[in-house]
Amino acid sequence: MSPRQLLGRIGLWFSVFIIVSPAILFFLWMISLSLKYEIDNAAYPPVFIPEQFAWKNYADVLASNRFLTYFVNSLVVTGSATLLAMLVGVPAGYGIARMAAHKSAIVILIARITPGLSYLIPLFLLFQWLGLLGTLVPQIIIHLVVTVPIVIWIMIGYFETTPLELEEAARIDGATRWQVFRHVALPIARPGLAVAFILAVIFSWNNFVFGIVLAGRETRTLPVAVYNMISFDQLSWGPLAAAALLVTFPVLLLTVFAQRQIVAGLTAGAVKGG
Amino acid sequence: MSTITETTPAAAEASAAPEQQWHRPTYWPFVLPALIVVLAVIVFPWLFTIWMSFNEWKVGSPTTFVGFANYLRLPNDPRFVEAVGHTIFYTALSVILPLIFGTLAAVVFHQRFAGRGFLRGVFIMPMMATPVAIALVWTMMFHPQLGVLNYLLSLVGLPPQLWVFNPATVIPSLVLVETWQWTPLVMLIVLGGLAAIPTEPYESAEIDGASFWQMFRYITLPLIMPFLFIAGMIRMIDAVKSFDIIFAITQGGPGSASETINLYLYSVAFVYYDLGYGSAIAVVFFLLIVLLAAVLLYLRKRMLWTEIGGGA
Repeated sequence: MSPRQLLGRIGLWFSVFIIVSPAILFFLWMISLSLKYEIDNAAYPPVFIPEQFAWKNYADVLASNRFLTYFVNSLVVTGSATLLAMLVGVPAGYGIARMAAHKSAIVILIARITPGLSYLIPLFLLFQWLGLLGTLVPQIIIHLVVTVPIVIWIMIGYFETTPLELEEAARIDGATRWQVFRHVALPIARPGLAVAFILAVIFSWNNFVFGIVLAGRETRTLPVAVYNMISFDQLSWGPLAAAALLVTFPVLLLTVFAQRQIVAGLTAGAVKGG
Repeated sequence: MSTITETTPAAAEASAAPEQQWHRPTYWPFVLPALIVVLAVIVFPWLFTIWMSFNEWKVGSPTTFVGFANYLRLPNDPRFVEAVGHTIFYTALSVILPLIFGTLAAVVFHQRFAGRGFLRGVFIMPMMATPVAIALVWTMMFHPQLGVLNYLLSLVGLPPQLWVFNPATVIPSLVLVETWQWTPLVMLIVLGGLAAIPTEPYESAEIDGASFWQMFRYITLPLIMPFLFIAGMIRMIDAVKSFDIIFAITQGGPGSASETINLYLYSVAFVYYDLGYGSAIAVVFFLLIVLLAAVLLYLRKRMLWTEIGGGA
């Protein structure tokens, strides 16, 4: 390796270090906050690695604050909204792709662009009128606003690129449209299904704005529950940071393990305008 | 729906007439369930919001039709006018900064180095993490006495800041969070653009003795321009309607110094329960964003054309 190449190599590693450090340092600091007793969190200059780890913060969060209830709420809302979206969105993506009905995608695009709050006023009134406000149903339904467009959008992209020849061959063999979809198109589009599923889960899990309006004490999802902790526990940083980390942990785990799918989905969606 | 009007270009695509028979209308059963869902949770709210914006409607009192009165209130509402200003300031910064940093990051991630995939995964974590959870930690970091940011400033000899607690610095501080969070998306889009650039121009430029900066300025930048444009558009749409971060960190404060249109909409509709006026704000806000969407859609068409052209 020539000196110039070596210099380039060092420069590259230095740039990589600079670029990823805001993300790494932030999450390390988050972990640090969550593992410190109040005395360490209130110290100046700040303590990065405490002498004693406050595992108790996590134990407290898991034991109190109905964390388990809120976790189950999140699981139910995200799970139902994602599964329903897959159920209606995957065939729709297929239909739109095969009909080459690109203009119908405008609806999806506008849905992606409309601020979530705009849906809340009418749906809030509707749910109130239907007497559903104390249950998880309103949140499941309104999360469809997030998940259905993602699924349809990504599936259109995948079905557009799958080859038609196989489907035509199956059709000549006498398969019905449904059989062609079920046994030919769907298996080929499996990577697309994974991408759509993962992104729908993440964006539904992270959603906050729908919950602050629609959730009651018993029906909060985790992001809303954590937000409510802020107002009450302004001064206990340790348990707060622990709760924040627990809320976002499943998503971070998914990001690391399904990094390729997420990148594929986001860039496809982005380049195609969603 | 609009799909029906699509038959003419579609017919050109289909090779034979019976083919077309089989293809077009018969796919409706696939689309129907989604169509019902979309009509119920997306189209119905749009229409209902428009209708409500012409009514005086406060929770608990009867509805009265007031025509355009709600819309005429907007220009005379100082809080709304201020919110528009805050939104523009917030959006402009939240587009420009991620574009700059995202492009630089993409140039770096375009190089080959060990652990690139893993580090890219780490790099995109801020945008996938739950916004409220992140906002909570940033709030602690912004703390004027105990926050780690002021400590970091003191290390390089800078005076401590009030960050989100000072009306003059609250928006730039929030933009710092937004930039940290969304630079990865710009990076991914630009990275996609860089992957599409052939190597020949660089080879001949290297022979001609061009510097790294010259190659970036005269080869890379023009070729990734369409991608930058799209990244900018997406960023603009997301920044305009940014809610979680602002709400969780400042709730629009101090005072109303960081109150954007979206935050104000929330207050009007769900704090004051002035649903008619809130709907009018929602419609105006929506139109503003649809205007941006129209531009985006136009760009999508262009991107699709180049994709098809590149593939064939």
